[in-house]
Amino acid sequence: MGKFENIDTMLHQALQAIEQANDSAAIENARITILGKSGSFTQLGKILGTLPIEQKKDFGAELNIAKKQIEDKLGAKKEILAEQELNTKLAKETLDVTLPIRDEHQGRIHPVSKIYEEVVAIFGQMGFDIAEGPDIEDQFHNFNALNMPANHPARQMQDTFYIKNPDSDNFDDSYVIRTHTSGIQIRTMEKQQPPIRIIAPGRTYRSDWDATHTPMFHQVEGLVIDKNITMAHLKGCLYDFMKAFFELDDLPVRYRPSYFPFTEPSAEMDIGCLKTKTELKIGAGTDWLEVLGCGMVHPNVLRAGGINPDEYQGFAFGLGIDRLAMLKYGIPDLRTFFESDTRWLKHYGFTPLDFSSMTGGLSNTGGQAR
Amino acid sequence: MKFTLSWLKEHLDTDASIDEISETLTKIGLEVEEVINPAAQLNGFITAVVETYERHPDSDHLGLLTVNTGKEKLQVVCGAPNCHQGLKGIFAPVGTLIPCYNEVLKVGKIRGVESFGMMCSEKELGVGTDHTGIIELPADTEIGVPAAQVLPIDPVIEISITPNRAECLGVRGVARDLAAAGLGKLKPLNIRKISGTYTSPIKVEIKASEACNTYVGRYIKGVNNKAQTPKWMQDRLTAIGLRSISPLVDVTNYINYDMARPLHVFDADKLKGNICVRMANEGEKFTSLEEKEYTLDSQSLGICDDEGIQCLGGIMGGLEKGCSPETTNVFVECAHFTPENIARTGRKFQIDSDSRYRYERWVDPKSNILGSDYATQMIVDICGGEVSEMVMAGSEDFEPKTAYIRPSRIKDLIGLDVSAEKIIEILTHLGFTCSQENGKIKAVSPTWRGDIEGEHDLVEEVVRMIGLDNIPAVSLPHDKLPKVTLSAKQHNAMIVKHELANRGMLETVTWSFMDENLADMFRAQPDHLTLINPIATDLNEMRPSIVPNLLIGVKNNVARGENNVALFEVGPQFYGRKPTEQTQAAAGVRYGLTNSKHWAHNERPVDIYDVKADALAAIAAANGPVDSAQITTDAPGYYHPGRSGALRLGKNVLAYFGELHPSVSKKFGLKQRAYAFEVFLDNIPLPRNTQGKARKKLELSPLQAVDKDLAFVVDKKVKAIDVITAAKTADRATITDVRLFDIYEGDNLPEDKKSLAITVTYQPIEKSFTDKELEVLMQKVIVAVENKCGGQLRQ
Repeated sequence: MGKFENIDTMLHQALQAIEQANDSAAIENARITILGKSGSFTQLGKILGTLPIEQKKDFGAELNIAKKQIEDKLGAKKEILAEQELNTKLAKETLDVTLPIRDEHQGRIHPVSKIYEEVVAIFGQMGFDIAEGPDIEDQFHNFNALNMPANHPARQMQDTFYIKNPDSDNFDDSYVIRTHTSGIQIRTMEKQQPPIRIIAPGRTYRSDWDATHTPMFHQVEGLVIDKNITMAHLKGCLYDFMKAFFELDDLPVRYRPSYFPFTEPSAEMDIGCLKTKTELKIGAGTDWLEVLGCGMVHPNVLRAGGINPDEYQGFAFGLGIDRLAMLKYGIPDLRTFFESDTRWLKHYGFTPLDFSSMTGGLSNTGGQAR
Repeated sequence: MKFTLSWLKEHLDTDASIDEISETLTKIGLEVEEVINPAAQLNGFITAVVETYERHPDSDHLGLLTVNTGKEKLQVVCGAPNCHQGLKGIFAPVGTLIPCYNEVLKVGKIRGVESFGMMCSEKELGVGTDHTGIIELPADTEIGVPAAQVLPIDPVIEISITPNRAECLGVRGVARDLAAAGLGKLKPLNIRKISGTYTSPIKVEIKASEACNTYVGRYIKGVNNKAQTPKWMQDRLTAIGLRSISPLVDVTNYINYDMARPLHVFDADKLKGNICVRMANEGEKFTSLEEKEYTLDSQSLGICDDEGIQCLGGIMGGLEKGCSPETTNVFVECAHFTPENIARTGRKFQIDSDSRYRYERWVDPKSNILGSDYATQMIVDICGGEVSEMVMAGSEDFEPKTAYIRPSRIKDLIGLDVSAEKIIEILTHLGFTCSQENGKIKAVSPTWRGDIEGEHDLVEEVVRMIGLDNIPAVSLPHDKLPKVTLSAKQHNAMIVKHELANRGMLETVTWSFMDENLADMFRAQPDHLTLINPIATDLNEMRPSIVPNLLIGVKNNVARGENNVALFEVGPQFYGRKPTEQTQAAAGVRYGLTNSKHWAHNERPVDIYDVKADALAAIAAANGPVDSAQITTDAPGYYHPGRSGALRLGKNVLAYFGELHPSVSKKFGLKQRAYAFEVFLDNIPLPRNTQGKARKKLELSPLQAVDKDLAFVVDKKVKAIDVITAAKTADRATITDVRLFDIYEGDNLPEDKKSLAITVTYQPIEKSFTDKELEVLMQKVIVAVENKCGGQLRQ
């Protein structure tokens, strides 16, 4: 207790008043009542002048201490009240965070484009360029230059679509829609001497329609020509590709002798898999799946492309983009690729933010169409 | 190509199992497609004897049996009419899977009596077609042994034959390949040399040696075509999917598949005069045994008698002079036709036959006499008859193909060392005659091989016998950092796809062809680009535009109840029938709502500004000049004339966009307005190679830019872009941006006027604008809009 009873009393009253104030208006009121122009402590200050000199110093000091106490109390109380009021306000502002977001739209990349990008990423790493050619081809590039002269039975292996000659009613087979992208081999050799290392992706067309054949599908042709390229390189290159493409450390492969007019020796490549009633798993297993045709480029094809077969040699291969998509991403029916069913496109499509690369990853599984 | 195991063993002496055989076939290039082995489904079936047989107490036609399986005696109810006491047959215990029904046998209760198994018919086991009764085995059959051990089971193997391996279209060719691969020994052919007893009353003459160089014929009189084809031959033909018809037909079919040797048999009594092999006359008629009439041309080869063409040489027999059950005198043809002529005629008239298939690949040109002897022997053995002397036109002289192979070439091409001795051994097994000449091996082809042209062909023969699996795998050498794989154009196409997908559209891939009638609306030039042989009538023209295919996609989605669709495709469009007369486009179609009903925003239908944005975004993604492109209102007729535009660089059209013409939407069955854009990727200028990638230096002002809003009243027909451009160019030094933020028509404005409100952004250069300077700058915009667009500042 101080020496001045009136200070003590008034301090006590003031602190009590502050304590009892329960909103910012009340606390302001209390402040004015205590420290305002005619507030209790302002009044008390006025007493100071009337006191005898020997009391003045003590009274003043005590008064200041009391005032400081009041101000602290005021500050503390204000903070408490401000926080209470903020909490009340926040409580009133609550929103339902479970409400769905506004419409946003992100589409999908078609599996054919995705596989194209993956194939480009892998072969790009091996130093291949991408070559292109026309969908409508002449007989020379689609057949003759590929060692398939007229009446060659292999021409019937591929049910060819022919383009009508508007100036003639007779059957005119000068132009076809390409049955393979192999014609791009010739177009490349016509423009470029070896070393050649290209892949040629594109649409191809054959008259066939069931769960694994459609009249249009997508192929990647590959061609490597140099002085010392052997069938061992063919095996190495395709094995490297398949392992990278299926993102597996180990993948059993086998080669079967086969026949293509434009390669010799020719082979077909199978990869290992495990077939069960419900799924197909690529990798070690009991079954084999045919994935591509390949072989050493036939000397006649090199000649047709203007390359000396005594000096250069190499290999070629052709693989189906759609088929790779079916195998890698488990798509059961080829026909569905071309039906534009939005449910299918959303389900089997890929996020547009994913660009395939050997450094950043070939494919991710994240994201959903919005 | 199908054959049975027993058929193969007719030519191949081997102990190899069916699995070994099929594995080897695939390894040497005769890919096995299917092996049907009935033994595989006979698990559980055993031999058993019917020990007692009595009538079922409650049935006239059912029997009640005690069956002894060697292990146990079981009560069985059986309805087979041939069932009797002492019968030995095949028994299926409870729990056996019955192939014919694909069901597991359970304990049965037939008219109150339990049955613990079943005595089986051939059909129930899947080993035959007989279902008239149960199988009855010889009386000395041991009981309790697996059914597969006692039943005559002949697995069927189906292989695919590549066009270069014509000799394997006969079982003997397959056997020879297997023998060469070390899977047994090729058995010698057992064909009797037949000498005739009289001169054939029918003579033969070749008048078209360019298409037929050998014709061997034989007359057989007094044959009985009603005789039974032997069961073994019937079984083999049935097993490979051919119907047994009559001995004469069966023999020709059998030899076709046994030796890859086509034959034809005429009913000699129906032939008038001699056989003449000649080219058809232009317009000459021929009716095939399939009762189809053909009008031939002068390149078609006919086998003719005095009454005309009776057989389309090497392709198909005629209707009139073929054999019937009543046939008694026959003339057997065994001839050689050139592959080119067969292929041409077969393709021209679209006739497929086993004979054509073989001739157009390769038929051994030295197999005519052999084939004739083989057929004659079989016919006489089955049908009897008296054989004439052989008649022959042309000769069997044939120069087999010769090629050379250097052992070093195998190493160079394959990366594998193979010795000369090994090469010779392999080729000899395959029928080649080999000799060594100056370090090379000379290989003369056997006459059944027509595909060996040069060294690479011989390499292939060696490699396929050595096995591709023995070639090492060596990664491609690469000694430097590969350069960027995609060209600028290829990269652009990829980025455009990702941009459009990121804008909410689904990428699709549609056919390059479409319906000619729908294409009419989208074709820029009148030329149709139709297919001669489309796969479907509504896929008969190369598409002049991607848009119609996308509209079909929209229509199909709407039909499934998906009413809001945004599809795009990047692909080719065609404008001419020559290669390169195609362009690459990125096209999209939007339909329905872009924003659907939602608590936070209103639903909004798609409008032309959505597809305009798509087109601009695609151009921008392809590094196209979005800012300098002009917008014109001359999109093609399939767009709404008042709601479409073109983005162009002078004459060069970068894109079209807009609402589709209502008559187009209607044609596709779309009830609402549809919107489309087409970006012509080939028309977007590519950066010049000399251009570096460095960007213009960024000049940043420390001074704050000032926005001023101005509204102008202009004629309704004034284009917004003209007002914006006028404002933008009013003071190029300071005006950095002009944005249109309001359009108003209606009250307070004359009927033919509208108000356009813009925000102009002024960027001070050295020091902030004074009020006066700003006033001057704003005045410049007001004057420019007034002069160029007749706009009045709205007060």
